[in-house]
Amino acid sequence: MSGEFLCLGIEGTAEKLGVGIVSAEGEILANLVRQMKVAEGIHPSEAAQHHATHLPALVRAGLERAGVEMRELSLIAFSRGPGLGPCLRVAAVAARALALKHKLPLLGVNHCVAHIEIGRLTTGAEDPLTVYVSGGNTQVTAFAQGRYRVLGETIDIALGNCIDQFARELELGMPGGPVVERLARRGRYLPLPYVVKGMDLSYSGLLTAAVRLAERERVEDVCFSLQETAFAMLVEVAERALVQAEKEEVLIAGGVGVNARLQQMLAGMCSEHGVRLHVPPGEVLGDNGAMIAWLGVLSYLSGERQRLEDTHVRQRWRTDEVAVRWR
Amino acid sequence: MEVIARGAEAVVYADGDVVVKHRPPKRYRAPELDEHLRATRTRREARLLALAKRAGVPAPVVLDVDPEEKKLCMSRVRGEKLSRLVGGMEVPELREVFATAGVLAGRLHAKGIIHGDLTTANMLLSGGRVYFIDFGLGEVSTSHEAMGTDLLVFRKCVRSTHFQQEEVILDAFFSGYRSTFAGAERAIEKMHTIERRGRYFEDRG
Ligand SMILES: Nc1ncnc2c1ncn2[C@@H]1O[C@H](COP(=O)(O)OP(=O)(O)OP(=O)(O)O)[C@@H](O)[C@H]1O
Ligand SMILES: [Mg+2]
Repeated sequence: MSGEFLCLGIEGTAEKLGVGIVSAEGEILANLVRQMKVAEGIHPSEAAQHHATHLPALVRAGLERAGVEMRELSLIAFSRGPGLGPCLRVAAVAARALALKHKLPLLGVNHCVAHIEIGRLTTGAEDPLTVYVSGGNTQVTAFAQGRYRVLGETIDIALGNCIDQFARELELGMPGGPVVERLARRGRYLPLPYVVKGMDLSYSGLLTAAVRLAERERVEDVCFSLQETAFAMLVEVAERALVQAEKEEVLIAGGVGVNARLQQMLAGMCSEHGVRLHVPPGEVLGDNGAMIAWLGVLSYLSGERQRLEDTHVRQRWRTDEVAVRWR
Repeated sequence: MEVIARGAEAVVYADGDVVVKHRPPKRYRAPELDEHLRATRTRREARLLALAKRAGVPAPVVLDVDPEEKKLCMSRVRGEKLSRLVGGMEVPELREVFATAGVLAGRLHAKGIIHGDLTTANMLLSGGRVYFIDFGLGEVSTSHEAMGTDLLVFRKCVRSTHFQQEEVILDAFFSGYRSTFAGAERAIEKMHTIERRGRYFEDRG
């Protein structure tokens, strides 16, 4: 083991806490995720409390799973943003403390870019259009000249957030995504607002309308229509971005990517354009520590360095601000 | 008729000076939604093209519209998309072309016409004139919110695809826009507000 470049990554941008250990060759030695229970939705300070409580044990468990000791690590990476301030700060403080204590270099990395890179690593996608959809983010990106350019994004709430909040309003049980997906299988279509602005998406009006529609229509029908509308908007934007960016692969990233209907729709769109759809394994689709560790590896080995005092968190850090030196 | 373009939504055929824009079904989405989107966009595009022309914005002439078949028949604009020309243009030419595009956007907004997909792929340069096409996502509205959103779509398109010429293009565009439309300042201010509301807006520095 010793001699190998190993990075420990800490993910803590929202309600999930993740610890991953990845080697310079891209081997994932550990990838543990702890999800707090979110019956009421994410309260940033409670999530931060959860992370602070469980992080030390999760780091220990990660090391144990990987079969390495702290002193065999070469680098600590953490999710610096974008995300919820209190959560980000817990991950940052813990990462700084570990780096100091064990005299390791530290890198704060971008959460959205980490999703893209772990997807490329695990699927073999080379230069994909990435459709990144989660509880907190919705973006369509493509690489061009040193950056992941944002071709389309939500202008208000994320797609996952729209579905989760809908489930919460109707008290369908948590987590909302899988419940809505299941109910939707027995639904039929009812019209809901479809809002695409250029290549940007808006989901807040759809959420309000779906909640209101559920007061008088079958919940299965509303779930079905909510998914059909929200996903069609996303796939349309992805399709336009694909044609514009002239990419030959599409990559799914983010927790909403596990939804079978969304995968089916994206696959349909891709096959019409003769491009390949890549779906990463479930463990790396949602938020996880391995993606942070892997991006730490890529950044560090391409020359990125940060001084400890320059690792402040960035709650609204844009994907296209990251200089992608490893490509 | 021969296919001259295959966009994301539509297939465009041409025969002489006439083009037909057909929106074929998208099998990945619910049939009812698909039918609704294609029919309304075809209808809307025909209506907005006519309004745009009346507002003094060069655009194809609508010859026929068939929402049942999702077909729009219009005059052919012989030219190239600005998105394909930007890379080969020198600064003075960029300035001139995008100042014109800004003027045209100002004319649209002054008449309460929102384009809905104001990108360089939907602007054609033909005989030195800039034409606007592809109004299917547009609407009629005098709200500053709608205008600000329209402007933001343009700005983001420039930022994500013409990042090397971003400053020149945006400067020229907004100066043209300001010079024609009395409500320009408010619409531009709204664009900034909408952007700041976004999830990923970060104060730099
Ligand atoms: N009136 C016209 N005259 C000449 N060419 C045209 C005309 N209308 C459309 N085209 C060509 O067809 C292409 C696609 O048209 P349009 O943008 O209206 O369709 P679209 O499918 O919505 O495109 P996209 O999805 O790529 O935005 C244009 O870029 C242009 O090259
Ligand atoms: Mg177009």
